[in-house]
Amino acid sequence: MSTYIPNGKAQRKQMLDVIGVERFEDLLSPIPESVRLKDELDLPAPVSELELVKEFKEFAAANSSADLICFRGAGAYDHFIPSAIDNILTRSEFFTAYTPYQAEVSQGTLQAIFEYQTMIARLTGCDAANACMYDGASATAEAALMAIRATKKKRVLVSGALNPRTIDVMHTYIDNGDFEINEVPFGADGLMDIEAARQLAEGGVAALVLQYPNFFGSIEDIQAAADFVHEFKGLLVVTADPIALGVIEAPGKLGADIVVGEGQPMGIAMSYGGPYVGFMATSTKLLRKMPGRIVGRTEDRAGNTGYVLTLQTREQHIRRAKATSNICSNQALMALANVIYLTLAGEDGFAGVAAQCWHKSHYLFDKLLGIDGVTKVFDAPFCREFVVNLPVSAEDAAEALEEKGYLAGLPIHGLGEGAMMLTVTEKRTREEIDGFADALGEYIKGVK
Amino acid sequence: MEKTIFQYSSPGRTGITLPVLDVPETAIPEEFGRKQPIGLPQVTEGQAMRHFVRLSTMNFNIEKGLYPLGSCTMKYNPRLHEYLARIERLAAVHPLSSAPSVQGTLQIMHELGESLCEITGFDAVTLQPAAGAQGEFTGVMLIKKWQIERGQGHRDEVLMPDSSHGTNPATTTLAGLKVVSVKSDEHGRVDVEDLRSKAGENTCAFMLTNPNTLGIFESNIKEITEIVHNAGGLNYMDGANMNALLGIARPGDMGFDACHLNLHKTFSTPHGGGGPGSGAVCCTETLGSFLPASTVKKTQDGYVLNNGRGRSIGRLMAFHGNVGVLYKAYAYIRTLGARGLREVSEVALINANYMKARIKEYYEVPNDDGPCMHEFVASGAEMAKKGVKTLDIAKRLLDYGFHAPTIYFPLIVKEALMIEPTETESLESIDSFIDAMIAIAGEIDEKPHLVTDAPVNTPVLRLDEVKAVKDLCLVEPVEF
Repeated sequence: MSTYIPNGKAQRKQMLDVIGVERFEDLLSPIPESVRLKDELDLPAPVSELELVKEFKEFAAANSSADLICFRGAGAYDHFIPSAIDNILTRSEFFTAYTPYQAEVSQGTLQAIFEYQTMIARLTGCDAANACMYDGASATAEAALMAIRATKKKRVLVSGALNPRTIDVMHTYIDNGDFEINEVPFGADGLMDIEAARQLAEGGVAALVLQYPNFFGSIEDIQAAADFVHEFKGLLVVTADPIALGVIEAPGKLGADIVVGEGQPMGIAMSYGGPYVGFMATSTKLLRKMPGRIVGRTEDRAGNTGYVLTLQTREQHIRRAKATSNICSNQALMALANVIYLTLAGEDGFAGVAAQCWHKSHYLFDKLLGIDGVTKVFDAPFCREFVVNLPVSAEDAAEALEEKGYLAGLPIHGLGEGAMMLTVTEKRTREEIDGFADALGEYIKGVK
Repeated sequence: MEKTIFQYSSPGRTGITLPVLDVPETAIPEEFGRKQPIGLPQVTEGQAMRHFVRLSTMNFNIEKGLYPLGSCTMKYNPRLHEYLARIERLAAVHPLSSAPSVQGTLQIMHELGESLCEITGFDAVTLQPAAGAQGEFTGVMLIKKWQIERGQGHRDEVLMPDSSHGTNPATTTLAGLKVVSVKSDEHGRVDVEDLRSKAGENTCAFMLTNPNTLGIFESNIKEITEIVHNAGGLNYMDGANMNALLGIARPGDMGFDACHLNLHKTFSTPHGGGGPGSGAVCCTETLGSFLPASTVKKTQDGYVLNNGRGRSIGRLMAFHGNVGVLYKAYAYIRTLGARGLREVSEVALINANYMKARIKEYYEVPNDDGPCMHEFVASGAEMAKKGVKTLDIAKRLLDYGFHAPTIYFPLIVKEALMIEPTETESLESIDSFIDAMIAIAGEIDEKPHLVTDAPVNTPVLRLDEVKAVKDLCLVEPVEF
């Protein structure tokens, strides 16, 4: 009998008697013999907790990437995670609860989401936020679909300086009906070419989607983009890096209509890509077009403040085929990690993390440009992430640096064989940054 | 009641410390800089802990008591899993690490995928979908792509029974296809003749939950899937109810071509207050060629990640799925093995049928023409005639220390109460739930106000959802 199943032989017999059948097999009568499994499943033999822990330690040992000093970002970032976060996340009241369908016994989850919505709205400079999406990429795709619904237009412009993985996800979500995505090229400065966008916008567009800072770390001109797309009656969707918003202006204050992004940098482990969480914020005018769950404040019968899921007529369980999205389960626990992170960091701590990322990434940038043959790729100001051109293959350099204990920047093939995109978070020390720059310099010297 | 975190805020407090900046500063150009403070709370770690712990105490969760949400499979979540998923060398790896440097994670993903294929009777798998609904979307897109590649791109109808989950029609719309609803027969199963009349040259796919949302196994499943195949469509199984079938029957053997599994239901990964889940999709070899990137392959040189696009439907997520959730599902399957998994479904069936047998003496159970699977649907229609709605019954259950069942779903049952005990409940806890249901039935006759006034033993009384919509308040107003 499994340790997870309390009803043993005696109880099962007693229950079968009440049901009025002789044997368990009698309960299978609705399942035709022809589809019943004749043999036991062919699965590995079960193991005890003791053995499984040992097995997992072996898996863990095989993950040598965990030893590397990380200078790679491109959508997932090695930020510091305060211990208090996991302590709250592993409280069973939070992690073993379901979606807060019964509000009166889910006030903990609901109020935490309300506070999350508030912090996301403030961070992005928007009026309201939803309870979260799967990840930053799917949130961006859903934001574009939201813009299509709101404007009743069928075309979406996407900056080519978006994370290509996000663009991939957008195609999966959007290319299905009469809708179309047009990519806008970026200029030599690393920013979206607004003139090219203007030409593509002829005939009207539902939205322009910009990343901020963009995939290459360059800081786009949100205000100009907003002015331009509003001229064409479209909406500006910005997918923003939340940490950067600790130092650069909130896109909602610069005219963005929908702001989405990846919440992983705010207290969530990289965990090989998930679970992460997407955030989504927008204006009061558009919030009824938003996908996903939303929590609202209300009162109980005695007039006490309480929280409930609200505006549910947008959602699949009520609106079915006409819902704003098919999303049901989201990433609520990861949103909780975000709200605890933002609470712990607070106004000063959050700005401090963002500032350290800014200064340390610029420090590495300057160091790398000091290496013979290394050049910058773009002129625009950057935040936390940037691209340099190496005089050697970036792919080979990354492989060589892995041997030296570094997860180097990501090779960006589209920008040339030597292009490498690097990230520096607050976790990196000067010693690590210097060590990495020296190792890269030596490698380049060796090849040349 | 607990204040909001913003009400604890006072300037200068913080809950983290940062190392002293050890590199020269680079000025942030003023034109880009943030003009106003964000408005984040300023509290110490101790204050934050107290706030969130207080909030947590206002939640019901599986360890407080029985959580019989039908179709949600609220089973116990082993603590071992939480430990394993947090082992630093598994949790701290970058998703764009080189394959040789993440062999441990890739091996877990590969072996989990193999096990899921065996459990479902399929050949290929993607672990990328974040949740059941994204799994459905993946499945429908795989089928759509297959139809397009064989020159049948005009097929734009997805058939599904009128008892289907709301995600099924919503997913169909997202995939750019049309919903065609198929009637249920008098026993709550797919009306085979209605299906036959609707399956045709425009049929892209048929979506079915099996056991269906009434907790009833679709006994005509072979005939159903054959009708769809003969019409040129493929069959997709919504695997939300797979907890009934582990080691007993497999979608692949029923004529389905793909299905998703809710790892956060059947495979005991926790729900986290609404997520993260994982909606792994298993499918036939034919559909396997269209799977999203990030499938794992075992080669002579170790495990590799397929990042190629090829004929794929594309990505659903930026990276490889909710990997931390996958670790837990893998651990569950390794702990239970083949026999343990079958035992899960056996006991889930016994528990549900026992509950049905006892509850139906007090509550109507429509469509009751034989054993149910892992859940059943009762109806409060008779009670509603006495002025007590299913919503009231649900709220009263909270007073008795239980979570309520899923209510008002499926839509084809009036005043529905969808009840799923799961295998991890003991006979004693099941009996105490049944006793509460019986007591409430008595209250409805004798003191109905106890039910319509419920809940009273909860952190707040019944909340006004209408007011929440009317006086919309989604964020704490800014104070500066």
